[in-house]
Amino acid sequence: MENRVVLAKELRAAKTKLQQDVVLSMRGISKSFPGTKALNDVDFTLRKGEIHALMGENGAGKSTLIKVLTGVYQKDEGQIFVDGVEGEAHIHSPQDAQNMGISTVYQEINLCPNLTVAENMFIGRTKDIRVHWKENEKKATEILNNLGIPAQANQELSRCSLAVQQMVAIARAVDMQCKVLILDEPTSSLDDKEVQMLFGLMRDLKNRGVGIIFVTHFLEQVYEVSDRITVLRNGELVGEFPIFDLPQVELVARMMGKDLNDLADLEEIGQKKTAGEKVVYEAENLSSAESKPFNFQIHEGEVNGFTGLLGSGRSESVRAIFGADRVTGGTVEVNGKKVNITKPHDAMKAGIGYLPEDRKRDGIIADLSVRENIILALQVMKGFFHPMSRKEAEKFADEYIKALKIKTASQDTPVGSLSGGNQQKVILARWLLNHPDYLILDEPTRGIDVGTKLEIQKLVLKLAAEENMSITFISSEIEEMLRTCSRLIVMRDRNIVGELTGDDLNQSSVMKTIAGGGQ
Amino acid sequence: MIQKAGARKKHDLSQLIIPLAALGILILFNLIRGIAIGDLGFFSITTRVNNDGNTVLSGNLISIIDDASALAIIAMGMTLVTAACGGQDISVGAVGAISGAVFVKVLDAFGLDNISVLSIVVGLLAAIGVTVIFTLFNGTLVAVFKIQPMIATLILFSCGRSIAYMITGSATPQLNDKLINAIGKTIPGVPIPTPIFLVVIMALILGLVFKATNLRLYTQTVGINQGAARLNGINPTVIKLLSFVLLGVCVSLASMIQVCRLNQLSHKTLLDAIEMDAILAVAIGGNSLGGGKFRLAGSILGSYIILMLTNTLNDMSVKPESIKAYKAIVIIIIVIAGSPAVKDKISAFWKKMHNNSRKAVAGR
Repeated sequence: MENRVVLAKELRAAKTKLQQDVVLSMRGISKSFPGTKALNDVDFTLRKGEIHALMGENGAGKSTLIKVLTGVYQKDEGQIFVDGVEGEAHIHSPQDAQNMGISTVYQEINLCPNLTVAENMFIGRTKDIRVHWKENEKKATEILNNLGIPAQANQELSRCSLAVQQMVAIARAVDMQCKVLILDEPTSSLDDKEVQMLFGLMRDLKNRGVGIIFVTHFLEQVYEVSDRITVLRNGELVGEFPIFDLPQVELVARMMGKDLNDLADLEEIGQKKTAGEKVVYEAENLSSAESKPFNFQIHEGEVNGFTGLLGSGRSESVRAIFGADRVTGGTVEVNGKKVNITKPHDAMKAGIGYLPEDRKRDGIIADLSVRENIILALQVMKGFFHPMSRKEAEKFADEYIKALKIKTASQDTPVGSLSGGNQQKVILARWLLNHPDYLILDEPTRGIDVGTKLEIQKLVLKLAAEENMSITFISSEIEEMLRTCSRLIVMRDRNIVGELTGDDLNQSSVMKTIAGGGQ
Repeated sequence: MIQKAGARKKHDLSQLIIPLAALGILILFNLIRGIAIGDLGFFSITTRVNNDGNTVLSGNLISIIDDASALAIIAMGMTLVTAACGGQDISVGAVGAISGAVFVKVLDAFGLDNISVLSIVVGLLAAIGVTVIFTLFNGTLVAVFKIQPMIATLILFSCGRSIAYMITGSATPQLNDKLINAIGKTIPGVPIPTPIFLVVIMALILGLVFKATNLRLYTQTVGINQGAARLNGINPTVIKLLSFVLLGVCVSLASMIQVCRLNQLSHKTLLDAIEMDAILAVAIGGNSLGGGKFRLAGSILGSYIILMLTNTLNDMSVKPESIKAYKAIVIIIIVIAGSPAVKDKISAFWKKMHNNSRKAVAGR
């Protein structure tokens, strides 16, 4: 690089070359799908040794941009330049991207859980038929130590925590000499401590000169680790900002393309949250195969929440309420009447609805249409021998697609092809159509964009205020729960360790109670 | 992505494209071949007088549809099991032999020279009862014990014909009776073979069941995501067992048709190797063998395609010994054409063509 001749040559080819500290430059990228322009003339620049957050609501074009970069999609227009590649980089397949030093670690870990850490790091990477496991294991240990990843090379991957698995995936990518590391929602299934571990690794890599593209929905995390933010909206570039130039509120405003009136609306409805006198649901010593015995009650029109770290038993508790896990004991009263809930169908008959935590695994029926997904629960309640007429089903689906503003090409579109936020709305529609007295929402806002998150929060408050629905709302974002719930049940190690109401509903008391410092 | 929410198609035929295309190509092939050799006999439908003195329709097309009857009926049941369980029952041939044995045993009890409507009805009901017990055995292994369907049904696949033998003994009873012929061949005065009507009746019955119950929705839901099905109040075990019950009914009916067509019962050859053709019919019909969404019409079409293929090869005087090899080649082509990999390629190609034409329009 010091060589003047080389430099002069570079200057001549200035248009097709990168600036010195830039590892990746995407210019004027456009990509269309039938009916939509997913990306329109988008620029993106990644520098050496920076963590660059790519932000935008669902449908903003983040994933499309990433997929163009990783060769999953072919761009229609634009140019890509990658450090170390002469002239324009032509990326036609994920393999091409890999060869140019662009690695991706996805939200769902793409490793083999029943192989060892070392095997996972080296599998599919050599062209040699023989595999040198001993050597690989040694090399893996070296890399793991080097990066400070707390895993043994010969350990089975499935026995590592999710965070460590995530880190192994990153180690694999890093070892493949990557210059650009794309982390797509890496933290969505990690708890706070694990997130910190991951951030440590990210900072370490950054110091080694790797450019990291960080895609996430968690705003706080963006501000914790990122150096720079690029915001997309509706497939267009809003801008690139150094992190200190863009306060969080402004980021949200830019992502949504509007002021935070919605937030104000929320506060307004929030004022009205008052629980009625009537106890809608009451459990005594309820326990299931997955949860310890607990007592719980919820009043008419009340919004409460279960909070605690991942694994604290908050999801298991609501699963016990709904009969999703095998119920092992306890008594339950619904609207003052004793009922026996041992399976989801019993809970549905008692007027309880449940939106599960894992939308993909437990919520959507991916291949079935939006309409069939919406009417499913109501249809089951009507019974096997009373199918709805097509007309009726269409009417219901139409009504809820409009009411919840579900973005879908038609009622017949398979729900699996919708975006995450819209899939969540479909499941929400399914339960609202069933008009439950008591609705359990487990992580309804996970992995969906800010706009939809606010919509769902607003809807929760509205249902409680206007329709007197009792709602249990679970979220890993405490802020979100403080905004919606009038009572928080705090769990630690599968036990209820506290109940917060009124003035205690603030971040610090919640943290204290979770951590056990409240006493 | 954002289009009007109300837009809808009444009937989604996309799943039937491959079977319809395959059928079309087979017909076209025979048409061209017919013109080339100057003999369109393949398509001719004539009337003739059969042994019983009835005037009946005859011709290749009629015999194809007629011959496919037992297969089509079993394929319908197989479709349901496939959709709900994501696997196939490979014991249908063997269980069909048991069903046939029970049917004939009951007829024998009433007297083989004295077959009446009553004895046939009782025989069929008894056969259905016994067959459903056997398919429920399979169903229990699959739905309750969660054994892979192919392994679970391997048991009856291997021992079913022995059970049939134990019911009938070594005898291969002959059934020469007007009523038997009326079921297996034609009813006097009706020129179309009865089995064709039985296929239509079975399809109508299942169609009515779909109309009057949520069987289709539940089966598809369980097949796609049984965990989510349970969380929505559906009992996956019951739905899977139900699919095996319906398969049992289908197998009994098919078995009766075949016994009546052949006028005899042979526990060795009755519905021999039909399981493979039935699975193939399901696959050719565009149904995923991994379960989930299904179209019965696809499987029925699939059955006719298989038989038309055999018939065409016969017509071309391919030796019976080599027919299977030729059949395999054509089936490979059909299955590959309907495979996800090819489907994706085709849809990508369409998209490209579509975009190019749009660009051309925009460029003008």
